[in-house]
Amino acid sequence: MSSMQQRSTSDTDPRLNQATTARSSARTVFRNAHLVDGTGDHGVHDLYVKDGRIEGWDLTVDSSAIDHEIDAQDRLLTPAFVDLHVHLRDPGQEQKEDLASGLAASAAGGFGTVISMANTDPVVDEPGLVADLVRRGARTPGARLHPAAALSHGLKGDALTDFAALKEAGAVMITDDGIPVADSHLMRRACEYAAELGLVIQTHSEEPALRADGVMNEGAVSRKLGLPGNPDTAEALMIFRDGELAHMTGARVHIAHVSSKRGMEVAEWLKANGAPITIEVTPHHLTLTDDSLTSFDPLFKVAPPLRTTDDVAYLRDAVRRGVVDNIGTDHAPHTRAEKERDMLNAPFGISNIEVCFPLLYTELVLKGELELTNLLHLLQAGPAAVMGWTAPSLAPGAPADLTLLDLEHSAPVKGVDFRSKAKWTPWEGQSLQGWPVLTMVGGRVEFDRSDLAQAVSI
Amino acid sequence: MAAVPAASRPITIPNPVSETPREGSPRRGRKQHLLDFADWTKDEVLALLDTSDVMAQVLTRTIKKVPALQGLTVATLFFEDSTRTRLSFDRAARAQSADVMSFAAGGSSLTKGESLRDTLRTLDQLQADLYVVRHPAAGVPYQLARWTNAAIVNAGDGRRAHPTQALLDAYTFRNRFGGNGAFEGKRLAIVGDIDHSRVARSNIELFTKLGAEVALTGPTTLVPREFADLPGVTVTNRLEEAVEGAHAVMALRMQSERMTRGLIPSFAEYVARYQLTSEVMKLAHQDAIVMHPGPLVRDLEIASDLADGERSVIEQQVANGVPTRMAVLYTLLVGQK
Repeated sequence: MSSMQQRSTSDTDPRLNQATTARSSARTVFRNAHLVDGTGDHGVHDLYVKDGRIEGWDLTVDSSAIDHEIDAQDRLLTPAFVDLHVHLRDPGQEQKEDLASGLAASAAGGFGTVISMANTDPVVDEPGLVADLVRRGARTPGARLHPAAALSHGLKGDALTDFAALKEAGAVMITDDGIPVADSHLMRRACEYAAELGLVIQTHSEEPALRADGVMNEGAVSRKLGLPGNPDTAEALMIFRDGELAHMTGARVHIAHVSSKRGMEVAEWLKANGAPITIEVTPHHLTLTDDSLTSFDPLFKVAPPLRTTDDVAYLRDAVRRGVVDNIGTDHAPHTRAEKERDMLNAPFGISNIEVCFPLLYTELVLKGELELTNLLHLLQAGPAAVMGWTAPSLAPGAPADLTLLDLEHSAPVKGVDFRSKAKWTPWEGQSLQGWPVLTMVGGRVEFDRSDLAQAVSI
Repeated sequence: MAAVPAASRPITIPNPVSETPREGSPRRGRKQHLLDFADWTKDEVLALLDTSDVMAQVLTRTIKKVPALQGLTVATLFFEDSTRTRLSFDRAARAQSADVMSFAAGGSSLTKGESLRDTLRTLDQLQADLYVVRHPAAGVPYQLARWTNAAIVNAGDGRRAHPTQALLDAYTFRNRFGGNGAFEGKRLAIVGDIDHSRVARSNIELFTKLGAEVALTGPTTLVPREFADLPGVTVTNRLEEAVEGAHAVMALRMQSERMTRGLIPSFAEYVARYQLTSEVMKLAHQDAIVMHPGPLVRDLEIASDLADGERSVIEQQVANGVPTRMAVLYTLLVGQK
């Protein structure tokens, strides 16, 4: 990790630059908040926010100088989450999602910063498109937006985009996410070029010829269901290629959504052997298996595919052992009509950013598989380190990007209440505990459901 | 249901006019759909075969028609081309006086992009009591069953299931080996492209449910090893080993696209290793029958002389499609008793 931070780009940390342009100059106080961040559990305090930054804890401030007071009794206040992997479908696919709905959904999920993927229409492969996203993102309520730009023109995999110009326009990551880069030579050159510029390359590592027309994990279930399979070997092979290219070129390669045991084992080996890679897993690959596909419901169709119980167990183990750098949602909204097609024609993707935290809190933390602080790390300092950004914290002076969590509140998932346009989800009706109730970005409240009945009242 | 010899059983089919199967929620106390045989018991399947016997009797009459499904409407929804299966269902419905509507996606405005649910919503306004569905994607009959009150019969979904084909195969098998115990200790061998075959999957499911063993053979590219984990199923790459002692041997159609995708190197090599011939059939049980779900490619997966020979029941299979499908429609729309 230390070698990676040396390589970091903190001199141009866009989060710090943005925080200086506070969204709100008002002073807000969170009363009696239980403060937890990546550095530990700090107990119950009053936390003051002023000019978009954290002003301090337990200050003596005259009540007339307080603009906004939030009762945080029995709730946990923590830095807002960072998601390196969301599909906001803007520009061009606004029937699925747009900046307004996507950034509002992000804030509702407790996220203060998200990186949007470039597989839109048109593909984000020109500096003007990046600049447009940055400009519109800055004036759209919700989470902060940092666009990723495409690695190849049109995601076609044959010509590199202008990395330097894209970075200059505000792109923080280079990726063809959604479409694996088949040509190893092109990937090598991309890595060399990105390393020179200090850009992170994120890979969708699946060997395309082997993945073929697979719509689900290849294995006993796909054989039984008669659906074309996509073997874990396709993932493991490509992770190995991408990790070796990272090692060869020194590029910072972020392996997105590792889904299989074999893939994770390869990634771990690469990391342990000096490849400058980081590893992401998604909420769905940690909680769902290919057995879900026996319902023939395309809501469960996702790329890479949901794997077996063994794979899920191994991913969870990798998370526990600290091998995984971040949780990325890979929030991938589609219209209802698209998700009501047949299994071969329905598009890949799950709408999940609004259930990410309660899902993982319920399935991993409450079931004793993971400490809360580890989960928070994977949503805060973990992803920040991947990008070379300053670790989110509650220290005075830090950007006031905050999330208030009600760890006692339990409620069934209701897609109809999503801020996302994709109001359909595999977890519909499932009771989850630990919901974000308020998200603040740059000192401004961007999501507020703190009226929720507090489960514990004293 | 007791095994009454077919010839002596009276033809008694109650008139269902008083019933209103379309109303309300799923029918209680009897099967609503035939999607596959997963939730059908062995006895329920045997009852279907017995009902098929009754229907076969109907088809021997001068007037090959009964009023059993009068006033009920069967809609055939074929999202994929088919001639024999659709005609067979059509015949099975009309022989019981059902009204039949046909929907073929090829000739409609339906595109790949339309929500299946929207398509069904439109069709539901035509008030069919039962849909016969064929679709190139596995699972579509399941998806449709979630969204309609009508009964659904799967007429083939992708590579997954083709339950009425398996039923007519079992019926053909039982006609040769007699009685409901016909399946115990018997063996069906299936040769060829198992992985892409819904016929194979449904026959594996049905024959093992009825107590038979199933031996699968073909190159590993077409016969996934996972199938050996199913109870009652064996997998081998040697044709002779699968055929030896088998009571029925079924060849599957070999499609030319398999070659372009590297699943087989050439037809010549496939023929040399896996073509079903009179010679290899000498290893089978002395009364063994030769089956093929059609359409067959002569002298590729099966030698012409064997397809036309006395062991072949390929034509009976087609003929048996009608009474078995009559039994399925009757059972779902009127009830088992």
